[in-house]
Amino acid sequence: MPDKKDDVYGDHISHKFNDELMALKSEFLEMGGLVESQVDRAINALVDNDGHLADEVRATDKKVDQMEIELDEEATLILARRQPTARDLRLVVAVIKMVSDLERVGDEAKKIAKFAIKLSEEGQAPRGYVEVRHIGNHVLGMLHDALDAFARLDSEQALRIMKEDKRVDEEYQAATRTLLTFMMEDTRNISRCMSVMWILRALERVGDHACNIAENVIFMVKGEDVRHTPVEEAEKVVGR
Amino acid sequence: MNTMNSGISAEAENQDEPRAASVAEHKPEDTVIEEGKTVGKPFSDDPKFKLRNVEVFYDQARAIKNISLDIGRNEVIAFIGPSGCGKSTFLRCLNRMNDSIDICRVKGSLALDDHDIYDPKRDVVELRARVGMVFQKPNPFPKSIYDNVAYGPRIHGLANRKSELDDIVENSLRKAGLWEEAKDRLDATATGMSGGQQQRLCIARAIAVSPEVILMDEPCSALDPIATARVEELIAEMSESYTIVIVTHSMQQAARVSHRTAYFHLGHLVEVNETNKVFTSPQHELTESYITGRFG
Repeated sequence: MPDKKDDVYGDHISHKFNDELMALKSEFLEMGGLVESQVDRAINALVDNDGHLADEVRATDKKVDQMEIELDEEATLILARRQPTARDLRLVVAVIKMVSDLERVGDEAKKIAKFAIKLSEEGQAPRGYVEVRHIGNHVLGMLHDALDAFARLDSEQALRIMKEDKRVDEEYQAATRTLLTFMMEDTRNISRCMSVMWILRALERVGDHACNIAENVIFMVKGEDVRHTPVEEAEKVVGR
Repeated sequence: MNTMNSGISAEAENQDEPRAASVAEHKPEDTVIEEGKTVGKPFSDDPKFKLRNVEVFYDQARAIKNISLDIGRNEVIAFIGPSGCGKSTFLRCLNRMNDSIDICRVKGSLALDDHDIYDPKRDVVELRARVGMVFQKPNPFPKSIYDNVAYGPRIHGLANRKSELDDIVENSLRKAGLWEEAKDRLDATATGMSGGQQQRLCIARAIAVSPEVILMDEPCSALDPIATARVEELIAEMSESYTIVIVTHSMQQAARVSHRTAYFHLGHLVEVNETNKVFTSPQHELTESYITGRFG
């Protein structure tokens, strides 16, 4: 747990309230770390044809689900007990929303692990893994930075993640085109290429969730909702 | 407020302790407030009260420091702030309740519907009929329920006949949500009622003289949650026809009942804004620290 004096959530008159908010924050980060490693390991399982690792990822998803439930419960209790306001309220509300983003990222990791098992059983790695690795690293970096922005309440970093999302979308479109070419070259590729398409889709969703987390961080710091607004608007909010 | 005060003194004792360089190092209490500078939206397009550069002195002590504020017509505005911040003093300026305190002097311009409240020629009784007040502790007269409500209309000559007075009493009790409970015991003494009922009776008594404004000084602090909910319900209904100014220590109450919230600190008016804004993203650091329970 971070030093209380170093934390903007740690200077209430009620020490118990400090502890509750900081526990919420650190447990959210713990869940974030777990989900991050789930995605990382799912990609490795796929690219390295490692069925065991993929099984582990699928099993660990239960832990992710459990953490979602626990964090939601803690957040609900804080609302009931403390009626938080201002930045405390924004933290609790943002955590409730971001927790479901993390849980969905966990589901995407599980999905990738499932395809990893399927593809490894079919033998012979299909084309498109280079793209998977590339986009995978990109969205993992975004997820990591989003969690980091949350930990440090860094709205500028959050804004950078929002901007990244467009690049992920472009990379995803390009990768889809490449896979389509493979499929047109040889129709026997279609089934496996479709699996890779689903994996890319899952990774692209991870980028979206990282972006949602970034938007919530801006809300926590600036008190303004930048969801469903153009990046230029978010830029103005962060610049204030 | 005892716990809050002890919070401050504990803070003061720790002053010499070295602190890690962090956000927490800057204590909100140290914030320098620029006099007369209120962040947010202190003014209104349709003001009932127009208050400018108001200062209140108790002898030499300046309790209110250069406050300018509009209170809008049919608006519910909540005054919040730590004990001794001047919110009650400021509230009492609005119907000259401070007149009864000898050492108290009020400066600046205070206008109700563009007429000076402190005009020496002003009839204070008439002013207080227009600007009614409900206090922290229910203070019914030791008379019957009926007489409590009828008292004001009688002295102001609002009813010519007994039946007119009966109507006023019934209407006022209905508006205060007390009629069903009180209609069969109008002759019973008011002091025999429960605290919540007494407070609603005081509201009925304030309404009976058809005021335009109702000032409420912590109206629910002596009431249980159910009685509080009733009074809050009443405030919501009354806001359709009255301007309501409420001083409260309950942040949640301010958040629930008011349209705008004004945060007072050491005699300054620090921030006024839409209540929704104040409780989700206040602009001033001091407001934020207070409403989140970081000092008080």
